[in-house]
This record gives sequence, structure tokens and C-alpha cells, in this order.
Amino acid sequence: MTDTKTEIIEADILVIGGGTGGPMAAIKAKEANPGLKVVLMEKANVKRSGAISMGMDGLNNAVVPGYATPEQYVKEITVANDGIVNQKAVMAYATGSFPMIQYLDKLGVKFEKDGSGEYNMRKVHHMGTYVLPMPEGHNVKKVLYRQLRRLQVAVTNRYMATRLLKAPDGRIAGAVGVNTRTSEFLVVKAKAVVLACGAAGRLGLPASGYMFGTYENAANCGDGYAMAYHAGAQLANLECYQINPLIKDYNGPSCAYVTGPFGGYTANNKGDRFIECDYWSGQMMLEFWRELQSGNGPVYLKMDHLAEETISEIETILHTNERPSRGRFHERRGNDYRKRPVEMHISEIGFCSGHSASGVWVDENARTTIPGLYAVGDMASVPHNYMLGAFVNGGIAGRDAAEYCANVQLADYDEGYLAAERERVLAPTRREDGLTPHEMEFKTRRLVNDYLEPPKVTAKMEIAQRRFAEIRDDLSELCARDPHELLRALEMQTILDCADMAAAASLYRTESRWGFYHLRVDHPETNDEEWFCHTVLYKDDAGRMAHAKREVDPYVVAVEADEMAAYHQLRVKTPAAAE
Amino acid sequence: MPIITQAKSAAVVIDDALCIAEKGCTVCVDVCPLDILAIDEGRKKAFMKYDECWYCMPCEADCPTGAVKVNIPYLLR
Repeated sequence: MTDTKTEIIEADILVIGGGTGGPMAAIKAKEANPGLKVVLMEKANVKRSGAISMGMDGLNNAVVPGYATPEQYVKEITVANDGIVNQKAVMAYATGSFPMIQYLDKLGVKFEKDGSGEYNMRKVHHMGTYVLPMPEGHNVKKVLYRQLRRLQVAVTNRYMATRLLKAPDGRIAGAVGVNTRTSEFLVVKAKAVVLACGAAGRLGLPASGYMFGTYENAANCGDGYAMAYHAGAQLANLECYQINPLIKDYNGPSCAYVTGPFGGYTANNKGDRFIECDYWSGQMMLEFWRELQSGNGPVYLKMDHLAEETISEIETILHTNERPSRGRFHERRGNDYRKRPVEMHISEIGFCSGHSASGVWVDENARTTIPGLYAVGDMASVPHNYMLGAFVNGGIAGRDAAEYCANVQLADYDEGYLAAERERVLAPTRREDGLTPHEMEFKTRRLVNDYLEPPKVTAKMEIAQRRFAEIRDDLSELCARDPHELLRALEMQTILDCADMAAAASLYRTESRWGFYHLRVDHPETNDEEWFCHTVLYKDDAGRMAHAKREVDPYVVAVEADEMAAYHQLRVKTPAAAE
Repeated sequence: MPIITQAKSAAVVIDDALCIAEKGCTVCVDVCPLDILAIDEGRKKAFMKYDECWYCMPCEADCPTGAVKVNIPYLLR
């Protein structure tokens, strides 16, 4: 494969990732300036890629007038994140939330409405009302695809971006991708690049042992995190892992956001509630984990007390949207919502701002710390962003990038860097035998479970670092016999990068914060004096993994001290026994 | 080290009688986010080539003849 073809094309804006935020970035860039050439590079196929390949069953964070104000939402997310948020970015999301719902509605995405045509909002969060069901939300990807075609966005399917290209002055110059079916290279020179590669969802190993039985779409393995890191961008709060309460073994949401408003709830083995609020936060996960550790586990999603019509409605929503194979899983297990509760468990760890706060640092314009480079969706640092956040911030990035393009020229990149990257990519194809991508990935992820999962222990995380270094040495034996195996070999290297970042970030913050997400056994207290700050991780000039503290910017919405503790009181209070 | 091959069960099952890959259809192969399906060049039918299924179901939903069935992988059942 020494003469592997390299095609070079030019664009104004390159969007990497065709799932949720990526298409919206491309759409809003073209709407802002139809004259721009916008290329959308996707590892799979834009028609069905990303976290919402089968649609979505609801909005988890809709800020709809009459139910919530942007200020209330910013406050709720600040409190749920123990105060460590860039409020300006959360506010940019919150104010863009309702206009985006209206825009999607106009394009044909269906949201639940009441008899008078008003959005049918439901309460799941601890304080405010932000959930909007989408019982007919299965067509989201089709709607996006239609709009991409209408606006003539150039789509390149089955190309995995492997590294970003930079100009000598440090700004973005484009990216290099490799075709997952031919291993041919595509270099896209671009004035601006939007990273929209989703979560790092193939980091921990699911308890089932099935490597692709992840919570996230298994294609979302952290490519964006690794590319941003190698380009020198800052990544924020990676130690604030994503860990979710899921259906045991199936590893998809069970899903309390949908069932909660109908009367379903999370219960222990006695059928009792133990948390006041099913909204996914680190504090809620801590109570969930404690219950699993206690004699009261396992934990269940309880619905068997509900009326038949209610259960049928829940089934229709859950088994036709987002993760429709859920119904098939239950059927095989003999699970029936009417007869017995659904056993739940704790997910493997990952990075994902969509549900927690671990992402590439971005400001309120979705700009990273590299000029011309944007990040959106699950991989960008705006916390608890969910699908609607990916759309809103995608739109913000698209519009801002369109404006940025007007004032810059295409930049040249270092030919030597590109040649070295081609060699790195192709190295596994030059071997006839050695280690397979699957076994190297399995071992990396098994070690992530063994040593990085909370409760986090310093000595264990240091062992992880040594073992990851051994695996890095073994990359010289990694073998890929065809383009598909090369795709997995490249993803495996991304996963190893993310594993190293998870360990380093967790060791840096010497306190406990965000409930279970960063529970450090040897630093059990929250230390606001030292650590009321973001942490950023980046590759320094010598190529080493480096860290810094980043101040929390002054709030745009004030939060009182007593309000800040709201998410610390999630356990249901049990009355003291009568004397 | 030499590489060996080992048998795995396929979660995604194709009904050969319904599959129209021989007419040029590649819909299931095109939409799979993990790129685990392929067309068998000899039989001209789709099949699950790699044990890397996320059981997300676009292959089944988008198949024009209803030839694809996604089962939950054995390790999860």
C-alpha cells in the first residue's frame, strides 16, 4: 500500500462528523452564506450516523417560554455541575434553544403538542421543567439530510478524519481523512473546521464484555477528542466522566425521562424510591451507585404499578425511537413493564458533554482555543447539552465560521506533517502478522474498567498509566489486513489516547466533585479553595500531556449559596424510626 | 505473533429469499454506522461480516424488502 492515493480538495468550511451538531453547523453556515463551499466529512453515512441514527424520543433540555427562562436553565445547569460552568456558553445555548425547536418544527421534526398546539412540556429536572417528548421523533436524520441536500452541502461518507492540519501561524488549515473501505487519503484544506465527532463512548468496556454494546453509538469512540488534543487544543474537565444509569446488559437508557412524567420511577429491590429526581447528574449517579453497593440493590425502573393505557403509550415511545431494539431485548428476557420492573445498572465510563461536562474547551461562539477550529455537540465542553444542545451549538459554530471565513485565506500546512501522518495511519497495513485491533482495544478498555472507574484511587490510576504505556509500545505490532481492520486500528489508537487523558485528568484534580463522576477515595472532600475552577488538558510544545487550571468566568446569572446545594440533597429522606 | 480466525455468531440475519443484492441493492451496507455488513460476492446476498453490531437497526428499517432482522448479540441477551 505504499502508493496509496491522496486526493486534495479545498473548502471554506470543513465539518467533521455528520451526526447531529455537524449537519446543523453545515446547514447554518450555508444559510448564512450560500456562496461558501462547505464539506461534511463522515466516518459512516450521514443518512444514519451518530447518536440519533434512529431518531430521538424527546428533548431533555428545552427552554420553552412559559415553562422556563434561559436564566432559570443556566442556574439549574450551574447547580447540577457544582458551579464549574462557563455560564456564557450555557446561556448561548439557553437563548438559542426555543428558536432551534421552532426551526426544527418548521423543517418537519415532530414534537408533542397539546390540543391547542402548545408544546407538551414535562418535568424531570430537580428544579425546572425542560422535557419535551417526541413520540414521533424517528425522522430527525431524514429531515437533516433533506436540508443538507437542499443547501448543497458536499458530503463525503466513509472517511474517518485522523488528524487536523495547522498553518505555521497556529491557525487551522484543514484535516486529513482516510477512506474506511479503500484506505485512500483525502486532504481537505479549509479556512475553518468544525469538529462534531460525538462522545468518547468506546472508552470503558460494557459489563457484558461485548465491545460494541456501548451506551453511545460505538462509532463515537473519541476521534474528536484525540484530534483536538494532537492539534494542541485545550480539553476541559475530562475527569468529569460520563456514567449513566442504564438497562442492565442492554446498556441503553431505560428511560426515566420518558417514563417519569407518566409515573414510572427508579426504585431499589424493595420497590422503594431512593432518589428524589431521575435527572442524570453526578450526584444522582452517586446515590445510584450507593444503592447498588448496599443490600438494597439491584436498582430497577418501576412501571408495574401503572395503568395498561399508560404502559402501552410508554412502549410505543420507547420501542419505536432512538433505541428501538430495546423492545426486542425485553421480549427475549421475558421482561414486561406490566409484570416486573426493569433491572438497571451503571454504565461504563466515557467522555461526553451531552450528559456530563467532559469536552473540548469552547466559548459561547463554539470556538476552541485554536483559531478557526470549532467544536460542537457531545465532544464540546458545554455541559448537559443533549441533542438540542448539539443542534444549537452546531448552528452557532456554523454561523460564526461563515463570518470568520470572510476575513481569512486558505492556509498552507506542513507537508512533512502530512507525510508522517500518512505513515502513522498506514503502519498497521505494512505488517503481515502481529496483534489485532480488537484485542488491543479490548485490553485497553478492560484496563480502563479495572483502574479508572470511580471510586477513583490514585495508586490504581498510576498503574493504568503504566499499563497504557505498555500498550502504546505494542502499537509497533498492531496489524490491519484490510481497510476495515485499519479503521478499527485507528479507532483503537484514539481510544488509547482517551484512556491516557482520562487517567491524567483524574489524577490532576486532587479533590472529589460532581458526585460519582469524580469521586476520589484519597481526596474525598470537595475543595473549593483550590479547585473551584475548570481543569484543562493539552499537549505542550514538547509533546507532553500538560494541565492547567482555568478560572470560572464571572456568572451572568447569580446563584445563591443555599441554591448551589440543591443537587446534593437527592436522596429521599427516610423518617427516623419511632423510639 | 501469527493471527488466527475464530467463529462468532451473527446477530444480524439476512433472509436470502428476500434480499435483492443481486439487483444491485446495497441499502443495509450503506446505512450501517459500524460498517459491519457486506455483499457476498459469490452468492450476491448481504451478510454480517464483522461481529461489531450496535443493534441500532437502520439496516432493518431501511431494507426495501424486509430481508434484514437485527437480533440482540448473544453476550447481551
